[in-house]
Amino acid sequence: MSDTTKPADEGRVPQRQQPAASRLDRFGGHALEHLKASAPILAVLIVIFAAIIYLNPAFLDPPVFLAFLRRAAPLMILAAGQVFVIVSGGFDLSVGSLITVTVVVAAAITEGDPDALIPVMMLVLLIGVLVGMVNGVVTTMLKVPSIITTLGMLLILRGAVFYWTGGSPTGALADNFRQFGREAFDLPVIGQLPYAAIIVIAVAWIATRLLHRTAFGHQLLATGGGARAAQLTGVNITRVRIIAFVLSALSAVIAGILLAGFAGVSAQVGQGYEFRAISAVVLGGAAIGGGRGSVVATVIGALTLEALFMLLNLLGLPQPLRESVQGVIIIGAVVYAGLRLQRSGG
Amino acid sequence: MSRVTSAAESPRPAGDEPLLKLAGISKSFREVEVLRDVVLECPPGEVHAIVGENGAGKSTLVKVVAGAHQPDRGTMTLDGRAVSFHHPRQAQAAGVSIIYQEFNLLTDRTVAQNIFLGREPTRGPLIDRRRLEEDTVALLEQLNVSGSISPRAKISDLSVAQQQIVEIAKALSFDAQILIMDEPTASLAPPEVEALFEIVRQLRERGMLIFYVSHRLKEIFALADRVTVLKDGDQVATTDIGSLTPDSIVRLMVGRELSDYFPELAAPDDIGEVRLRVRGGSNQHISDIDLELRAGEIVGLAGLEGSGRTEVAEAIFGVEPFETGTIELDGEQVSIRRPRQAVDHRIGFVTEDRKTQGLVLPRSVLENTLLPLRTLSGHDRREREAVHEVAEGSTLTMQLAERVDLRAASLDQEVRFLSGGNQQKVVFAKWLASDAWVLLFDEPTRGIDVGAKAGIHDLMRGLAKRGAAVLMVSSELPEVIGMSDRIVVMSHGRIAGELEAGASEADIMLLATGQSNGDGPDVRHPAEEVAAAKTAQEDQAAETAEATADSELSEVTSNPHDDQMGHDPGEVSG
Repeated sequence: MSDTTKPADEGRVPQRQQPAASRLDRFGGHALEHLKASAPILAVLIVIFAAIIYLNPAFLDPPVFLAFLRRAAPLMILAAGQVFVIVSGGFDLSVGSLITVTVVVAAAITEGDPDALIPVMMLVLLIGVLVGMVNGVVTTMLKVPSIITTLGMLLILRGAVFYWTGGSPTGALADNFRQFGREAFDLPVIGQLPYAAIIVIAVAWIATRLLHRTAFGHQLLATGGGARAAQLTGVNITRVRIIAFVLSALSAVIAGILLAGFAGVSAQVGQGYEFRAISAVVLGGAAIGGGRGSVVATVIGALTLEALFMLLNLLGLPQPLRESVQGVIIIGAVVYAGLRLQRSGG
Repeated sequence: MSRVTSAAESPRPAGDEPLLKLAGISKSFREVEVLRDVVLECPPGEVHAIVGENGAGKSTLVKVVAGAHQPDRGTMTLDGRAVSFHHPRQAQAAGVSIIYQEFNLLTDRTVAQNIFLGREPTRGPLIDRRRLEEDTVALLEQLNVSGSISPRAKISDLSVAQQQIVEIAKALSFDAQILIMDEPTASLAPPEVEALFEIVRQLRERGMLIFYVSHRLKEIFALADRVTVLKDGDQVATTDIGSLTPDSIVRLMVGRELSDYFPELAAPDDIGEVRLRVRGGSNQHISDIDLELRAGEIVGLAGLEGSGRTEVAEAIFGVEPFETGTIELDGEQVSIRRPRQAVDHRIGFVTEDRKTQGLVLPRSVLENTLLPLRTLSGHDRREREAVHEVAEGSTLTMQLAERVDLRAASLDQEVRFLSGGNQQKVVFAKWLASDAWVLLFDEPTRGIDVGAKAGIHDLMRGLAKRGAAVLMVSSELPEVIGMSDRIVVMSHGRIAGELEAGASEADIMLLATGQSNGDGPDVRHPAEEVAAAKTAQEDQAAETAEATADSELSEVTSNPHDDQMGHDPGEVSG
């Protein structure tokens, strides 16, 4: 027995040593890793897609499918941010309110003025960084559990928006602000490729690199898996956790910008998104409590959740029950993850 | 695999049909085979010891018999009938009971309630309390303890030894024919051990088959009829106790003599310049610490529990930094207020508690090994990576894994699945990866079995040989003496004195208990003073004495959380 077995690692042979073959190996290795982490949720997604197609064959038409993707994009991005906080061992409940803030602030300030695009984008991103910093600093330095910190932030932001707008936000978003969530490139064959789809792919790719291929990502996973051990190995756990909250907040701002493209300006626009994002992360198999999680699986989890909502719609399930179904599946997903972990433990 | 066969494997006297037969029992966890083709025939009325290092498969074997694990291959025959247990309850009903190191008792309930939990005698819809107590007393009488344990006593009010007896009574209440005891004496005092032996012998007289899992050879020779030795999942021997000696058992277990236990000390030439110098270091736990660690040298830091040894290591590493005093590294004064800075200054800290402080359990061998490197900024990291002459993470990890002789299924295996010794090797690999020059070890071999201990000691010496300065905190005096080129003894948060290599346990104890002011190695002591020191020092010395008496096989401090025999279902030995 014994021996660290080499075959398991052939996928990571450094390029320098085997220039020709290794690039493929390396790619194959990583892709395989992500596939392994995503396999269960991918299977669920395929089943749900199959059911949708059975009920509504038009779903496969590129415009219909791409419209679905566009609608799913904000959640996919939000979940890709949320997973950073969850693998670090926390929660970020403030993201729904932050989406609302993004939309409402942008509308109030631009008042439909297209020239305001850049400053407004900068402003909302800055707000995101600030909110994330506050979440992170309060959680790490003041030692408030993140679920409380971000619940507090959720209420603070929600209250502020209501106070500021009196419950009915005014102003309008310029078309060039709405284009990200609404417009699409014209392409041959498939017709249109929404900007949103490209943004999702870009965000997911960056997030994947960040969590799984950088020193920061590994330190974050280590912090979530064993904060004390990570700290005693030299990880600045305060810093990496604060960064995780900032990333989550930034993902909320980006999700808000996309959502602004097709949702109206309202004081409720982001409500419920925090729970959907957490559900998506859980569906993607990340461990609540930290230490384990995959961006790719999380993004697929978000897509699955949106597909499920669509399926429930097609089945004629009343809207309010969506929440209940969501409740059932997140509990189910955690139960499943627990069983899977036990089994792999022998 | 060489199996020692002996007369004991031939049938016992007529009429003694085997009570339990195991044929070809094998078991794997996550593709690691932890038990290979175990064959056993045991008659009733036998005490059968199972020995082996941690990770040898002892625990897996008895759990298979007790129905807590299902074998992948092989058959089990009980009293002539083939059985296969899918749950411990089935085994219990069939007459196989197991007593784990951590008892399965509800501490807030009474003795009687525990013994008959879920099987309480009833009268109508109510529990028949009188019968419950009478039945309990009857069981306790069988064990001759009805005088000392009341059926109404709360478990939390009983001593550990008494709780163990309650567990045995519970087994009797199931009419157990086979009783498995996993390290039963780990937390018992000597008189309690003797009392337990009495009970075990009495159960044997009544025809019970007892499996006795223990590290303590002395006990095995006192109690067992036959012994099965496991090594890395192989059944190395099953034989009469009479045909073995403690030495031969150890040889079978570890495949080497105990005399190679410690690597050689440093030669004078090996020891170089002062790497780390602490001057007047104080914080709320420790005062006036003056300490020098030289390249190539292992300094043992001895002292009693609570004397401030760990606190010195923690202060150097910035966990709880010195409030006054200075730290110099290679002659330059540095400030270390956080572990982060210590890592920057090439200091590594192997903590006592691997599982919460040393390793990120749900992450892989690879990620744990590379973690300290990954906390460094680009330039620093490249500089240290350059030392290893390989840039790529998995190649580096592979190289380090080989260097520390790590046994893992793959580099992607989560470290929580490794045995204690292998986990400790990952911690080593981690600091090797970061190219630490000063290494602080806090109880580096606590909870690690003999064979792996020697490996850890070799690694420590190897680090020193390559020029690292090593500080080793240890409660085990044989380890301090065997490993240290210089011994610093602490007492009450201060350094009580310094001794040269080869100092005796008595020298160390004198300093540790404040009996001597310790002006270096020339500590002279009248014999009575030694005796006095030893008396004053009972707790500490008892542990050490025990270790020596048991051919150093027992784990001196058995910390249940650290123990390989724990009941973590995910534990893979090997």
